[in-house]
Amino acid sequence: MTPDPSSPSKDAGDTKSSRRGFMAVAAAGIAGILIAPGVRLIEIAQAAPATGTPSPGASSKVRWGMLIDSTKCASGCTDCVTACNTENGLSGGTKATDSQWIRKIEIKEVRTGKTQSLPMMCQHCAEPPCVDVCPTGASFKRADGIVLVDKHTCIGCRYCMMACPYKARSFVHEPQHNQKSDVPRGMGTVEACTMCVHKVDKGEMPACVSACASAGHEAILFGDLNNPQSDISKRIASYPSRQIRENLNLDTGVRYLGI
Amino acid sequence: MAPRFGALVFLLGFLIGGAVHAGDAAASRVPQPVVESARGGQCVEDTAFMRRNHMKLLKHQRDDTLRGGIRTGKYSLKTCIDCHASKTTDSVAASDTNFCQSCHNYAAVKIDCFECHTNKPQVKP
Repeated sequence: MTPDPSSPSKDAGDTKSSRRGFMAVAAAGIAGILIAPGVRLIEIAQAAPATGTPSPGASSKVRWGMLIDSTKCASGCTDCVTACNTENGLSGGTKATDSQWIRKIEIKEVRTGKTQSLPMMCQHCAEPPCVDVCPTGASFKRADGIVLVDKHTCIGCRYCMMACPYKARSFVHEPQHNQKSDVPRGMGTVEACTMCVHKVDKGEMPACVSACASAGHEAILFGDLNNPQSDISKRIASYPSRQIRENLNLDTGVRYLGI
Repeated sequence: MAPRFGALVFLLGFLIGGAVHAGDAAASRVPQPVVESARGGQCVEDTAFMRRNHMKLLKHQRDDTLRGGIRTGKYSLKTCIDCHASKTTDSVAASDTNFCQSCHNYAAVKIDCFECHTNKPQVKP
């Protein structure tokens, strides 16, 4: 019996193919391990506001921002202001000594008489003047771009209020009672829009954004300015948006359309 | 000289011993802080450790929470209040017998937390 001349080569072929198969499987496995953590990280960063996933902490990969479409903002509507007051436990008063974290303003083109309405609040600058002037380091910018006041170190000097070009900050003049659990507020400290940081950390939208959407205007879009795939970045890339007082080069996190 | 010194040591020892002995029966004569019972079961650390170190734990975590955005810490003031709020006043510092206030009054240490933070449990939606 002569051995089939093809059999050794066939064997060799089998070995080769099985080795190739093994390597393919191994490579796929390694690729899976390598890609999986990256994919998951990006998923969490992008999907935080939509899915309600709690964030593990502020990350500099993210920069939270808002895009306010003043053409959709209805004159006379104050739903965002009301929602902010309710969420953060503000009185809602408009005296000089009352805290106002967000205000509605009307602007008028002098020549044509065209009026527009838009909300004004802390613009969450990338280069915040309030942080520059703070003598105690209480005014600070979080890794994800949200500008906050650390009331544990705020001495109430109000330099930040003078430095802010947007008049966004308020000083608490009176003793506070029955504050919200998530929003500590106290006499003798400065405060401003926190972009509802307690909600953002839980993966939710800021109160004004939700209120505007439920009023049917959807004039405020909230999202990650650093992620080119986010709705806000896509709209900023495709429509001309403005920063208020662009000449100051503060690189604001709140942008406006239609002004 | 030596016997007089010895007498002094004896006298000191007697006084200290007396003081320690009096400490045993102090509950009846010396006012003690009222500690209201908590609503929950088990504290995050044991009682003796919390008595000495609660302020350090809170101070450490407040910076993580406010500046780092990490809201998953174990030593949250909110959870302290949720558990220790009085059943009568619904607060940890509204009356002198409430959990935080009673000890702080006893030790004459002013609490600044509740100048800004609420002293009532969070309202569950």
